Amino acid sequence: MPKLTIDGVEIEVPGGITVLQACELAGKEVPRFCYHERLSIAGNCRMCLVELEKAPKPIASCAYPAADGMVVKTDSPMAKAARKGVMEFLLINHPLDCPICDQGGECDLQDQAMAYGFDRGRYAENKRAVKDKDFGPLIKTIMTRCIHCTRCVRFATEIAGVPELGATGRGESMEIGTYVEKALSSELSGNMIDLCPVGALTSKPYAFVSRPWELKKTDSVDVLDAVGSAIRVDARGPEVLRILPRLNEDVNEEWISDKTRFAVDGLKRARLDRPYVRRNGKLEPASWPEALAAIADRLKGVSGSRIAALAGDLADAESMAALKDLMAALGSANIDSRQDGAAIDASRRDFYLFNTTIAGIEEADACLIIGSNPRWEAPLVNARLRKRWLAGGFTVGLVGEARELTYGYEHLGTSPQALADLLAGRHPFAATLKAAKKPMVIVGQGALARPDGAAVLAAAWALAREANALRPDWHGFNMLHMAAARVAGLDLGFLPGAGGRDTAGILAGAQDGTIEAVWLLGADEIDPATLGRAFVIYQGHHGDRLAPRADVILPGAAYTEKNGTYTSTEGRVQQGQIAVFPPGEAREDWAILRAASAMLDRPLPYDDIAALRARLVAANPVFGRIGLARNGGCADPAGPAGDPARMGSAPFASPVRDFYRTDPISRSSRTMAELSALFVQPAAPAAAAE
Amino acid sequence: MAGPANDTPPPDVESFAFTAENQALIARIIAKYPPGKQASAVLPLLDMAQRQMAAQSGSAWVPRKAMDVIAATLGMAPIRVYEVATFYTMFNLRPIGRYHLQVCTTTPCWLRGSDEVAAACKRATGADWGKTSPDGLFHMTEVECLGACVNAPIVQVNDDFYEDLDAASTERLIEALKRGETPPMGSAIGRQTSAPEGALTSLTTLYGDKAGSPTPAGE
Repeated sequence: MPKLTIDGVEIEVPGGITVLQACELAGKEVPRFCYHERLSIAGNCRMCLVELEKAPKPIASCAYPAADGMVVKTDSPMAKAARKGVMEFLLINHPLDCPICDQGGECDLQDQAMAYGFDRGRYAENKRAVKDKDFGPLIKTIMTRCIHCTRCVRFATEIAGVPELGATGRGESMEIGTYVEKALSSELSGNMIDLCPVGALTSKPYAFVSRPWELKKTDSVDVLDAVGSAIRVDARGPEVLRILPRLNEDVNEEWISDKTRFAVDGLKRARLDRPYVRRNGKLEPASWPEALAAIADRLKGVSGSRIAALAGDLADAESMAALKDLMAALGSANIDSRQDGAAIDASRRDFYLFNTTIAGIEEADACLIIGSNPRWEAPLVNARLRKRWLAGGFTVGLVGEARELTYGYEHLGTSPQALADLLAGRHPFAATLKAAKKPMVIVGQGALARPDGAAVLAAAWALAREANALRPDWHGFNMLHMAAARVAGLDLGFLPGAGGRDTAGILAGAQDGTIEAVWLLGADEIDPATLGRAFVIYQGHHGDRLAPRADVILPGAAYTEKNGTYTSTEGRVQQGQIAVFPPGEAREDWAILRAASAMLDRPLPYDDIAALRARLVAANPVFGRIGLARNGGCADPAGPAGDPARMGSAPFASPVRDFYRTDPISRSSRTMAELSALFVQPAAPAAAAE
Repeated sequence: MAGPANDTPPPDVESFAFTAENQALIARIIAKYPPGKQASAVLPLLDMAQRQMAAQSGSAWVPRKAMDVIAATLGMAPIRVYEVATFYTMFNLRPIGRYHLQVCTTTPCWLRGSDEVAAACKRATGADWGKTSPDGLFHMTEVECLGACVNAPIVQVNDDFYEDLDAASTERLIEALKRGETPPMGSAIGRQTSAPEGALTSLTTLYGDKAGSPTPAGE
């Protein structure tokens, strides 16, 4: 524990940290451009110079190890003069185009120039100009503004795992780029925009849209995958203009996926902004009373067993609870929140959670991935796996499709046979898992949404048990979900009740006429043709796949337009906040259900969201523990229902065939369509058929 | 700078593969570095690729395909090889003709007449700084100190130094190169290594030789 004196104050700091970090611990702010706490140290911007007693020159504090007895001065005349000099050099080639720069107002260089810049330039020569690079549809480059901090290069290489960026040339000819023009093939590339301390990398879809001080910022959570990334929704008036990450060390650190960030334009397109009722075979605009009356008329006298409800992947817990209560009041047990029909045993919560937790990945030392492509199903879980892999001493095995995952893994096979081999100890990787101190097993939805799903689930659990991953101090069984609504649906018991039908049963009933009416709460991942002649109520926010098939459309709110509760794949209950109001006549989903229940003469017993949330907590106490993931070990190694011996032979496939188009919002986004055309469709022409 | 002009895409070849001899050599080069640190071999391999291109195509340069081959050989991301190749000016990323004339214009050479040497190069070859001559034989590069100031001014032709040049000897050198000859490298005025022009001016006597009989070097 070295002891330093920083600006006259003595402070004891942990060993192995840098002078800059020590200064931060002492509460002293040190300006910097290249240093970033999640990236390796480059030490090339020189902005963090501080004076060190007995050193002949100022030192770059970000790259200088803190040692015992150092006397550091962060705001001495020498340190200030040194930083002013660095700033003047940085500004020599930096254009004076702040008024037309999208970084303006949130620019590190602009801010620090206020503190360390000169009020005039002394440089009379020509400035250098650099040709802009094409980084693809997401990142706009104005390379003349680049100050060569190399944060983007280090991010691409270290965090994203796509070493495609580099600094070519030297001295004045140095340029950041790919050398060979190409779009960056990462799902995390948007984070470079946040990392760039100047306006060299800015958001292409957001170019010239708004200034940061015009935006209303709302803290929320992402719903486009099941990770539950912390986001900030920036809106101006009725429009959501951009989505940025928020710090959450346990979930997304400070990154978000490109889908989370750039699908935002999908919120403005193909929206359902008024109710519709099908009359004479055509969907016609209607008023709310007309639409609700049409539902009440149709459902009058229909037995509850002939009514069904499916919850979609973006549904909030509140609306699912309301729909479940409404169905119960109507006497229906035919409800399901698993549109893909995944064989999930919801009898115990740790059967369907990512129990190790995302942050817990960093403690694991071996990992078996079953039937999942985490890079596309949960990019931030994948980034955490890569982070763990980079730290060393982490072995990954994969059963399923062999995809580029940004870390090395051993491909054990594509079919359940590989699991059977592992269980029987016939494969050497079984010994690796057993030898590991903290092994983890990740089972994806692609391994469960198949006829032998229950057997695969049981086999995955059994593998975890065999590897001694189910201990009081460690829970190594993980289910990776893709739908933000899924875990909350399972927690709420939005599952077939006694004698009720599951998704497959509901669709079969719709086709043979035993199910007369289906209430779809944003359920867009089923084939419209499978609904037969049933009366379809579609409640949702996008005119995507199912709305055209509906008989009544109830326009709901997207995740940025309502206060909703979501449970992540870790079991972390989080609340999204309303950033803008739903468009037109669209309403918050639970309120729609409350209004419908009154029209059906079965009013739900809550009139505001507080009462509904109290109902959520009553249904399952986990909804009272906001922000916390399930933690701790496995109390009971007894596994979920299912017989590993009944596994089939079909190879595993990840259900995500196109990362950029997985839900109604991203399917409506032009940016996502562009990315899909660029990265997904050339590689897999079959995905285009989706 | 001899680095790439970044605003036009560098040219490339159809394909590149190291010759069997070079591949054997690569194994020996990689073996010099600790296991897992084979990326350290990137500089020798780039140089080898450039020399192989010189032998095969008559022009010493490194095409991108060669960099990709090196990246694959050493288990590096291609961009890491591009970074190294663009950093060092001795790697040519475009075809440069058979003879690369690197004319030193740093102060000692300049004082000794490098302007005339450069003008003679331009006149005799038709090339210019950073450009290749019309016949495709010569490429001229202005370089900083080549470290042979004693025999300034100097021109480096591919790997060889030609020293003590003036306009006339430079033109003679280029004419010889055009004829396909390889003139002897070193001083154009017959100076031995870096000894003084003419006769010795110091160390003219041997230790203990009181008679003081001069023994000029080179005689």
